[in-house]
Amino acid sequence: MLIDTALLSRIQFAFTISFHILFPAFSIGLALFIVLMETIWLKTKNSLYLSICKFWTKIFALTFGMGVVSGVVMEFQLGTNWAGFTQAVGGVLGPLFTYEVMTAFFIEAGFLGVMLFGWDRVGPKLHYLATLLVVIGTTLSAYWIMSANTWMQHPVGYKQVNGVFKVADWMQVVFNPATFPRFIHMLLASYISAGFVICSVSAYYLLKNKFITFAKTCFSLTWIVLLILIPLQIFVGDVTGVQVHENQPLKTAAMEGIWETQAGAPLLLFAIPDQKKQMNHWEISIPHGAALFNTHQWNGVLTGLKTVPIQDQPAVIPVFFGFRIMVGVGLLMLLLSMIALYLRVRKRLYDTRWFLISSVLSAPLGFIALWCGWITAEIGRQPWIVYGVLKTANAVSMVSLRDVMISFGLIFIVYGIIFGYFYFYFLHKTLHKGPADIKESEGSRQPFQYMPTSFSEYL
Amino acid sequence: MDILALSWCGIIAFGVIMYVILGGFDLGIGIMSIFFKDEKERDLLVSAILPVWDGNQTWLVFGGAALYGAFPAAFSAILPLMYIPILIMVIALLFRGVSFEFRLKAIKTKRFWEICIFLGSVFATVAQGLILGTFVQGFNLSANAGAIDQWFNPFGIACAIALICGYVLLGANFLIIKTTGKLQEKSYALAGKIQYLILAGFVMVSVWSPFLDHSIMERWFNPKNMPYLALLPIATLLLLFTHQFAIKKRYEYLPFWSAIGMFLMCYLGFIISCYPYIVPREITYIAAAADRSSLLFMLVGVCIMMPPLLYYTYYSYKIFRGKVTQIGY
Repeated sequence: MLIDTALLSRIQFAFTISFHILFPAFSIGLALFIVLMETIWLKTKNSLYLSICKFWTKIFALTFGMGVVSGVVMEFQLGTNWAGFTQAVGGVLGPLFTYEVMTAFFIEAGFLGVMLFGWDRVGPKLHYLATLLVVIGTTLSAYWIMSANTWMQHPVGYKQVNGVFKVADWMQVVFNPATFPRFIHMLLASYISAGFVICSVSAYYLLKNKFITFAKTCFSLTWIVLLILIPLQIFVGDVTGVQVHENQPLKTAAMEGIWETQAGAPLLLFAIPDQKKQMNHWEISIPHGAALFNTHQWNGVLTGLKTVPIQDQPAVIPVFFGFRIMVGVGLLMLLLSMIALYLRVRKRLYDTRWFLISSVLSAPLGFIALWCGWITAEIGRQPWIVYGVLKTANAVSMVSLRDVMISFGLIFIVYGIIFGYFYFYFLHKTLHKGPADIKESEGSRQPFQYMPTSFSEYL
Repeated sequence: MDILALSWCGIIAFGVIMYVILGGFDLGIGIMSIFFKDEKERDLLVSAILPVWDGNQTWLVFGGAALYGAFPAAFSAILPLMYIPILIMVIALLFRGVSFEFRLKAIKTKRFWEICIFLGSVFATVAQGLILGTFVQGFNLSANAGAIDQWFNPFGIACAIALICGYVLLGANFLIIKTTGKLQEKSYALAGKIQYLILAGFVMVSVWSPFLDHSIMERWFNPKNMPYLALLPIATLLLLFTHQFAIKKRYEYLPFWSAIGMFLMCYLGFIISCYPYIVPREITYIAAAADRSSLLFMLVGVCIMMPPLLYYTYYSYKIFRGKVTQIGY
């Protein structure tokens, strides 16, 4: 197939959103961690927690800024490249975006300034309120955007008039029952992703024998939180899976590599799906597994991909492997959290070198799982942009291929430089500098200095 | 007349003017920051906008989302035609936003990020000026995909230059409020000079735009409307004199408010020229409006959320009120 506007627009969207999602996901998780630390600080008045809070706030500021600017690109791209989509569903999704801006973005933007720069301008309680509101803002934002995406996966409460979608019942759209498990799944994914970064950084400090008090506290607390969140995430993921099967049986078929409709379908541990031949190679399977996971019944029936013509099937390879990598990484994260528990019981959590190294390396795990989950969800929905009612091919703008090539080229270069290099450069720089306010020898007892006296000293 | 759709025109117009004023002064400061030789001064300039630029930009995001939801037909008609300017704008805003964050953390590359802030601000403003120019001249929906003469033409370029002057005026006036001493004196001097460019801009647009389209001429020079519409240029000139006076007398707040007044008047003139079109001379706001249920659902949200939103926006400005000092986190 030659490259055309539709395909290039899809690639551009996939590229921009893959970069974008990292930042909000990390921000959502970090915001929660920061507010928890600030809570502990307010309760205990132990300046160690304030120092933790301030250090991660620096990372948060950097990350949040990236999310804001890459989000603006997403919004306008919906119009420039996906005018057909906007024309058809603008009246459904636009209000959700507008609510997102009003209930989340303004709150975040209004209080982020106070959270970052307001330490010496407002009291601790008011500052805490600002942090809390930023957390609420990020969470609400996630809800609105998940409800918009869920509507594309499982459209409800609408009527179609001359190709334009109109909403018959807003309660159904906003409180789409399919949204809740997906929202929780995404929130937990964000918390876990941020958690692994925090563990990784702390483990790095422990290995380097720097900022020990700081690192031990972060490391220990975060592993406890992860120990609770990861099993919870696996449970929520299972609920989501059952619901995907109910609403989008073909996505489930692609995830499980099921070609023929069958009862008691096997769980494929490994296979190479072949879309041309409509079959799998090198299958390794557990009988009844897929049926059990997706329907919670031993002999549950799964619809096969062959029930629709090949052009109406999603691309199986990315969905099949995306799903497997997500689950695999999820299980690996569970294993790591179990090992952390074991080491804690043995009182070896902070000095088991191989585990510290593993923790350092595990920083991207959460994001890998998150990416693969989204690849599964979004490619699994194809060829539909709104499942079952609007084809992706009918959603693109009537723009010239030249324009899309210019934009994608420019975005590719700019994102590569800014997010691919400079974000990590400054992240590394901030991490290398570490938390500024603890003197190792004095532990956490020293009086805390609110603001650096000189700006340049602080850099 | 459709009250619901019209109220959404009003809400979007409000969002846009909020962005033009708030985003305008921070873009203006971004543009002029490069011309300040002293690094300490540039630190202050950036510190003045650091706590607020994100909130200011949110008004643009709001305007976009509201247009998307309330007038999807307009959103999907305008954006593909404006593909390149929109792209330039979002990339420039992206560069600018990240440069604020990076500059805070940089030591050796600080100057580089300052140049990025400057270029980002200039390109974003130019793109907005070109889009504005197209709105005034009217769109041509039947044009070939990828045609650039629709937004790249002498009038568009003139609008871009005028917008740069306007934003710098707002920026300089904001700095008058936020700074003291030498920096404040420089801001007074800059605002004092740029106001004459603004006057030239008024005259140029007022003379040029009626010739762009017959309907604009008709509306403004129709004897029935003229007595009322003439108030607008008169008010603008009065505000300009006020501004000149305030600069001369070294008032701190009056220059900023009179500049906002001028922007409001120009904006009002722009709306009068466009009405009832949302995609000028192609699609009216009624034709582009989404279903009633969408408009109503969004309106409920605006009525509930907008008052507290405006309050805490005001409040966050209040927290950072007074003369600016270097800030960091």
